[in-house]
Amino acid sequence: MDEERLKHRFVPKHEILSEEEKKAVLERYNISLRQLPKILAKDVVIKAINAKVGDVIKITRKSPTAKQSVYYRVVVDD
Amino acid sequence: MIEEFRGKINGMLLDEFEKEANAMKLTKAQREKALKLLEKRYKEYKINPGEAIGVITAESFGEPGTQMTLNIFHFAGVSELNVTLGLPRLIEIFDARKEVSTPIMEVYLKKPYNTDIKAVKKVAAMIKETKLRELAHEFLINIIKKQIEVVLNKGNMRNLGITEKFLFDALAVKLKKVKIRKASNGNVVLKPDLEEVSLKDVYKLKEKAKETFIKGIEGISQVLPIKQGNEFVILTTGSNLKDTLKLEQVDETRTISNSLFEIASILGIEAAREAIVYEAKKVITEQGLDVDTRHILFISDLMTATGRVKGVTRSGITGEKESVLARATFETPLKHITGAALAGEEDLLNSVVENVLLNQPVPLGTGLPGLVASMKKNE
Repeated sequence: MDEERLKHRFVPKHEILSEEEKKAVLERYNISLRQLPKILAKDVVIKAINAKVGDVIKITRKSPTAKQSVYYRVVVDD
Repeated sequence: MIEEFRGKINGMLLDEFEKEANAMKLTKAQREKALKLLEKRYKEYKINPGEAIGVITAESFGEPGTQMTLNIFHFAGVSELNVTLGLPRLIEIFDARKEVSTPIMEVYLKKPYNTDIKAVKKVAAMIKETKLRELAHEFLINIIKKQIEVVLNKGNMRNLGITEKFLFDALAVKLKKVKIRKASNGNVVLKPDLEEVSLKDVYKLKEKAKETFIKGIEGISQVLPIKQGNEFVILTTGSNLKDTLKLEQVDETRTISNSLFEIASILGIEAAREAIVYEAKKVITEQGLDVDTRHILFISDLMTATGRVKGVTRSGITGEKESVLARATFETPLKHITGAALAGEEDLLNSVVENVLLNQPVPLGTGLPGLVASMKKNE
């Protein structure tokens, strides 16, 4: 059922970043992990893509002003 | 060649450029020159670090807000549905109210159900919630026997496709501690299953029985199929996204609710962000106003940054500010100051509000960078 939710028009593409990619993102923006926007571990999409706490999720959104935009969120507990 | 500039320049600009360049039949050299110029201009037009975008966003919503309708209710277009519009709705969105004052769903249907009005009406009837009161002519209280007799409306039952067996099964599930039986004249008899039945219990049961849910999706009190383009969409009063998405005729990739929290719990936080943008834009365009989308995107990002939907209120994003003084400036100052004193909080004066308060330069624009001079060594 959760997988079906991924097809909804309001749900953008979520991808789990590998450790290297994660490092590259943090280095690029010069921030620590806790400064990233968050996404809850109980979020439907996180459950559907089987992400764990501490993973960084790359979100590719359709943007009305820039066609496509990339956003990062870190998975947090609670 | 355009591909080289993807990632450097806004994708929409590039698409537009390609169209124009093709129309003007530019040569390769001309294109390269133009693209380089475009890149330069694009960088110039980006927001500078230290720009007070929060204040600009607030003003951009504040001014058009003064021109919005203050009427809470409005009849949207030709439909008979009651919808909260204008300023009250905008406030509701940005405050992230848990309960929406007029919950609505836009239910899209899968092919082939979405083009045939008969099929659409059938689905609409399936979605609409039916309560016992709609199936009854009247509810009689028998004071002597201390029971309720429901006179059924057979015509309505037939129209809604409810059989007697279905009705009794539904009642048995929903009404606990009640004896249900069929009288010889066809009425449904309900009696509280208590040792000592008072008249008050019977009255209570009568009110409860009227509102007993029999069929459909709970919470959907009104359905209205409307034509949108070349397909039919069902608008509903009342919202229950979870159960609606389970129906096989419903297109689960497009159906939405106007309740942010419902979307957040069923489709995730990113969908809720999308919903904030969609709903805020809807209010603004319906009122014939124009606010740049970037402001809406900015607020929506801020409201969902913690992984939960947070409103712009003292319990939401303003209440999560690091600085005690900044929080105290917004609302309920005493509460914040005493709380901070008890917890031994520290204010590092890193942000704008607290520095305005203390008459100091704020970290905005030219106040943001610190200067480091590299001195020439004495020779």
